[in-house]
Amino acid sequence: MKVTFPHMGFMHIVVKSLLEGLHREVVVPPPISQHTLALGIKYAPEFTCLPLKIGLGNYIEALESGADTIVMAGGWGPCRFGYYAQVQRDILNDLGYDFQMVILEAPDSKISQLLDQLKRLGEKVSFLEAVQAVRFAWYKMAALEKAEQRYLYTLPRTIDKDRAEQLWEQVLSHIDQAGSRKAIDDILAQAMLSWENLPRHHEPLLRIGLVGEVYTVLEPFSNQNIARSLGRLNAEVTNSVQLTEWLNDNLFKGHLFKSRTTHINACARPYLPCSVGGHGRETVGATVDFAQQGYDGVIQVGPLTCMPEIVAQTILLRVSKEEHIPCMTIYFDEHSGTAGIQTRLEAFADMLRRRKALQADYSDVQQGGNVCAVHARG
Amino acid sequence: MTQVGIPRGLFYFYQYPLWKTFFRDLGAEVVTSSSTGRQTIDVGIVHTVDECCLPIKVYFGHIHELIQLRPDYIMAPRLVSIEYRSYICPKFMGIPDMIRASLPDCPPLIDITIDCSRDTRQLWKDIYRVGALFNADRRKVKSAYEHGLQALKSLCVLTRQGYTQHEAIELWENYCLEQAELNSGDLTVGVLGHGYSLYDPAVSLQLIERLRGLGCKAVLLESCPRDAVEQAAAQIPKKMFWTLGRKMLGSALVMDQSADIDGIVYLACFGCGPDSMVGDIVGRKVRHKPFMLVTIDEHSGEGGLVTRLEAFCDMLRRKKVQKLESDLSAYGIHAHCR
Ligand code: SF4
Ligand code: SF4
Repeated sequence: MKVTFPHMGFMHIVVKSLLEGLHREVVVPPPISQHTLALGIKYAPEFTCLPLKIGLGNYIEALESGADTIVMAGGWGPCRFGYYAQVQRDILNDLGYDFQMVILEAPDSKISQLLDQLKRLGEKVSFLEAVQAVRFAWYKMAALEKAEQRYLYTLPRTIDKDRAEQLWEQVLSHIDQAGSRKAIDDILAQAMLSWENLPRHHEPLLRIGLVGEVYTVLEPFSNQNIARSLGRLNAEVTNSVQLTEWLNDNLFKGHLFKSRTTHINACARPYLPCSVGGHGRETVGATVDFAQQGYDGVIQVGPLTCMPEIVAQTILLRVSKEEHIPCMTIYFDEHSGTAGIQTRLEAFADMLRRRKALQADYSDVQQGGNVCAVHARG
Repeated sequence: MTQVGIPRGLFYFYQYPLWKTFFRDLGAEVVTSSSTGRQTIDVGIVHTVDECCLPIKVYFGHIHELIQLRPDYIMAPRLVSIEYRSYICPKFMGIPDMIRASLPDCPPLIDITIDCSRDTRQLWKDIYRVGALFNADRRKVKSAYEHGLQALKSLCVLTRQGYTQHEAIELWENYCLEQAELNSGDLTVGVLGHGYSLYDPAVSLQLIERLRGLGCKAVLLESCPRDAVEQAAAQIPKKMFWTLGRKMLGSALVMDQSADIDGIVYLACFGCGPDSMVGDIVGRKVRHKPFMLVTIDEHSGEGGLVTRLEAFCDMLRRKKVQKLESDLSAYGIHAHCR
């Protein structure tokens, strides 16, 4: 049995580590490329959302490289994601591939159900080994997240953007290969130091919150590496979605640690008091949260036709007015051109800079009077 | 007298008699927006984000029209689920909040949450809460709601005869209907789609009326035997969690096996999440009948649709003449009337 799974950001590093810990042979799909996308577009239903198409491309490429088992998360509505695996399986069957699909369903209540599902995935694994595999994979994931945050912090501040990016690529591949916690710690420490030592500039920075549909936020290919483009415009990006948090909320039903979700939902409440599937409520809540933290702007991303994000986008119009935070929405599909998106990002960044400058002038005049009404909560 | 406005969009086509009866019994006057027209669509487009599907845009057009009538309340429920462990669409779940965000001058919304995915306790709580707005006690509220459910049942009687939900509502309300050539025609075509697009003539570009005009008897989801539909829908490996999607899939499978049906047409909305999946699954599973997927949006013109429907009917007739039986699944004849 050779197991594969869809890409989503650096998740493959984590899942690979997990499955290998369960003594499974793993075929990581080739990195997402235009070819992957082309395959997805060719075989997926025309109007489905982008993650389904890219995922399908991942599977085809992985099956071609020898995988015979696909592991994928399931779900039960209200959005399309819960039906992805079914549609993808039918398509792959029609294409004549011989494979097995294992769909991990989030447990209704008990976490032991999930561990059971994981254990069944493994080959002759003891319960202890399964737990160890999970913990080690988690350790990698936490380290990657820490590194990513540092990378997103450094990129806008340094003059040597190329080097900052290189270091991030290195961290990814080194942590992928790391076999022990000690090794991971070393890689992390080393990278932190290198980033720290990059030459800085003293231009003013922008702080931008990135919100939106989970896959689009986490997978750089699907968002045309928006964090990098913004970093190069001296804008620091904060992701509202973290993989650890998302898995904790969705697969582990919040059993692992207390996530920020409660706070985010509370932020969303005046605007959207309940879930609308996908990540819609979190998008609204995170935007309010970013506004209250004094961010300069928020960018919402999602696949074209993403239903929860369309609901959220509509509501962001109001959030933007009442919380005084500029918001921009970018939808991605197979036709999104890099150039068009770059132009929009530059225009948005320019607008934020002008706005910031105006506010600074204004507050000089008012000597800090009632500017709070405009925007000075941070 | 307290006025309650009910927009003629989305769940109007499934629940109007229920809520009209309910509010009337509580002593309110019910006003509606006018039938969807080009104006409704154009206004809706202004008040929604571009990426919205057509039915939501139309709905916002209706809300906007109602606001001008200044009723005391507008009925805009948060529709999560109408049956156990099933959903409608994520967009339905955010409707009241979307309205408040883009039409801030709108009168108070009756935004009760209809969520039967677990049980009906929450629903009843909300219904009593609405009753309180009209100073009605629990007994009165309960009987008004039950009266409303009865009205819905009488609608079912009509739709089972082959009337569309829209025609049935007209009949229920006015006791008359102008044209209703239901059972004539040499072809029998199954027609599927979300009710608020398929049964709204302005949204569907009169798809059903046109098919009838071309000599087809239109067989709709509501007239398919319910048990058979559920059984057929249960054949697929994972139950579909969208109520309407499941019913469409089940009906398509039933139609696929039924000797009377000559072909199946599926009306999808551009940008609709469920349609993008269900339309494809239906297309894959329908093996014995010619299948046509028609995708519409606010820019669709009648011309393209007419040509395609005519071509489809011609094809069905040719097949009939040749007595070339089923096997050829015509999956892949996608008509995008953009
Ligand atoms: S949340 Fe968006 S991307 Fe995810 S399944 Fe739903 S529509 Fe598709
Ligand atoms: S089901 Fe489709 S058409 Fe209906 S509201 Fe949702 S996305 Fe729009």
